[in-house]
Amino acid sequence: MSRIKAGFSTSSLPRIGNSQLRANLRSATSSIREKRARVVGEKSDWEELRRKAEKIKDQVLNNLDAYLTELERSVEDVGGKVHWARDSQEANEIILSLIKSHGSKQVIKVKSLTTDEMQLNDFLQANGISAYETDLAELIVQLGNDRPSHILVPAIHKNRSEIRDLFKQTIARGRDISDDPAELAETSRSYLREKFLSTEIAISGVNFAVAETGTVCVVESEGNGRMCLTLPRVLISVMGIEKIVPGLDDLAVFLELLPRSSTGERMNPYTSLWSGVYPGDGPEEFHLVILDNRRSAVLADPIGRQALRCIRCSACLNVCPVYERSGGHAYDSVYPGPIGAVLSPQLFGNESSLSLPWASSLCGACYEVCPVRINIPEVLVHLREKVIVDGHSSLAERSLFAALARALTNTTAFELLEKVMLTVRIPINRMPVGGSLPGYLGKWGVTRDLPEIPKMTFRMWWRHRDG
Amino acid sequence: MTRKASLFVSCFNDVLYPETARSAIRVLEKIGVEVEFPSNQTCCGQIHINTGYSGMAVPLVRHFVDAFSGSKEIVAISGSCTATIREHYLRMAEKTGDLELVERTRELVPRVFEFSEYLTGVLGVADVGSSYPHRVCYHPTCHSLRSLHVWDSAITLLKAVRGLELVDLPHAEQCCGFGGTFSVKNSAMSSAILADKVANILASGAETVVALDNSCLSNIAGALKRNKTGVSVMHLAEVLAHGIDREEA
Ligand code: SF4
Repeated sequence: MSRIKAGFSTSSLPRIGNSQLRANLRSATSSIREKRARVVGEKSDWEELRRKAEKIKDQVLNNLDAYLTELERSVEDVGGKVHWARDSQEANEIILSLIKSHGSKQVIKVKSLTTDEMQLNDFLQANGISAYETDLAELIVQLGNDRPSHILVPAIHKNRSEIRDLFKQTIARGRDISDDPAELAETSRSYLREKFLSTEIAISGVNFAVAETGTVCVVESEGNGRMCLTLPRVLISVMGIEKIVPGLDDLAVFLELLPRSSTGERMNPYTSLWSGVYPGDGPEEFHLVILDNRRSAVLADPIGRQALRCIRCSACLNVCPVYERSGGHAYDSVYPGPIGAVLSPQLFGNESSLSLPWASSLCGACYEVCPVRINIPEVLVHLREKVIVDGHSSLAERSLFAALARALTNTTAFELLEKVMLTVRIPINRMPVGGSLPGYLGKWGVTRDLPEIPKMTFRMWWRHRDG
Repeated sequence: MTRKASLFVSCFNDVLYPETARSAIRVLEKIGVEVEFPSNQTCCGQIHINTGYSGMAVPLVRHFVDAFSGSKEIVAISGSCTATIREHYLRMAEKTGDLELVERTRELVPRVFEFSEYLTGVLGVADVGSSYPHRVCYHPTCHSLRSLHVWDSAITLLKAVRGLELVDLPHAEQCCGFGGTFSVKNSAMSSAILADKVANILASGAETVVALDNSCLSNIAGALKRNKTGVSVMHLAEVLAHGIDREEA
């Protein structure tokens, strides 16, 4: 039976028609897009950098077991503790027991997609622990009981006045604030300061982990991350197994690629690097939770595995014509956009992700901007095949394609098919336009006329000319 | 010795756009290329591969390789078919485990050229003597732009056409929303992307939109017609065939 009939084409539908959402997204993505193009254009060695980054990541992925062991050793050498989690459940349990062992009831968090993937906040809440997001955009999402819609700008679907209204209902209740960005930032700052100073445990994501030195790196733009990483007594960082780079020199390559690709900045505002713990400076306890959650299965797919090179810069989202018109929520995954369309079906394989490989016109804009050269269209086509081989396409579609393939491998049959088409060309050409036609023709016809079938095929003409 | 080229027309053009193939022949003959049409050719398999029926397309790859085994240079009038052959054929042949097919595919793929690429890149021709006195914008299709990287060749050829005024298409590099079966599987999304392309075409002031692929053009034309814009579409080959005297061929 077909399980991929609806999915994205249905979930994107109301969003395509939402003009406010469209306006928010269009203005946000097009301005990041232009900024990115400008600062990337300045680098004459951009292509070289991309290839270097691709090579480093492939080197890591091809020898992941060795690098993971090296990372564990070096993190523990500098006083950190490494925890291995096979899946989200295990990772969540590990984190919960760490929090409980300190008798804490609340934690602060800085932007970690991986913990969103694990649905850590819900898990903690169910266990009586409050998790406060400190990244401004994540905070906005959390306050609105909303879901992130962009990897880097999780609240990209909201504009300033929508955020002001949200703050007035939550952290600025009873106060009159304007939608001036500075005032909005100040409102969140005073709310967060109190959290930073009163919370004992912080949970962070990881952008890069250096195997050689045990150094962990978080890249952010507000400085709230820096607070999270330095003020609390206990720091728990969560990373997927693919986030490793071999040495500090390799990290330099990514620190050049990431800000230009993600925010269109030449340099990232707050880049925090730490190696283990130091008495009297920063957290006294450091835990690194390393999560698999099907990544090792993805690694086994020779085409699909390149998705694990991703550094979550979100450049592919910002150039994607589909994402720009659907927004992130239509993907129904923490990883939306082109990277989500290749990552979600591989990591989660759940029903709603099965339609995602088709949520693309294969225009290739994503591949062109990807700083680690993930050939997203290639992976999409590969995953389409995989989903179909697993039996998720409809019998009608499969039969149609099978019959077509047979006719196309037999020139005589193909010519016969052409003749049949020509005999019905007049009624077809006269068909009423519009969406009332059956099946694919109707889907086409809602907004487009059909091309007219001419009197003669090319090969008939050729024969005529030849003879 | 005259240069010989085999034309790959594609199933889509064979049935729906024979004029493009005839135009390509006229242009090639005008510049002294002898054109053949290996009559066993059918389809490159793109629709199957891109929709996810790669397995079913393997016999199509074999069929294509057989049909063109005697051809030295193969000229395709579709950018996306050319890209399909370059990007997928070898991998698909390898999947069969048939070493002979792999070898033949490996030899064949570098001999396939997109039409404009063949003219400017292989033959070094920029001006074929055509004239088309109209205001034209060029839509670089996704495959021609980002897979084949042939943005320049069409521009070079168009600039040499007498009387043709080439105007800028805003956001030219953005997809038209076609994407093969994407246009019907995600038809609302496809239409939303197309609507912006149409708006940009109208903003350009062009009378004709030119591209290297009739599949994208059928999508664009479908909306241009539906909205009664009066703007026409044309494959590059048809523009280049304009004003070339048949007798000279
Ligand atoms: S796939 Fe590439 S472009 Fe997209 S988020 Fe990942 S690294 Fe960035």
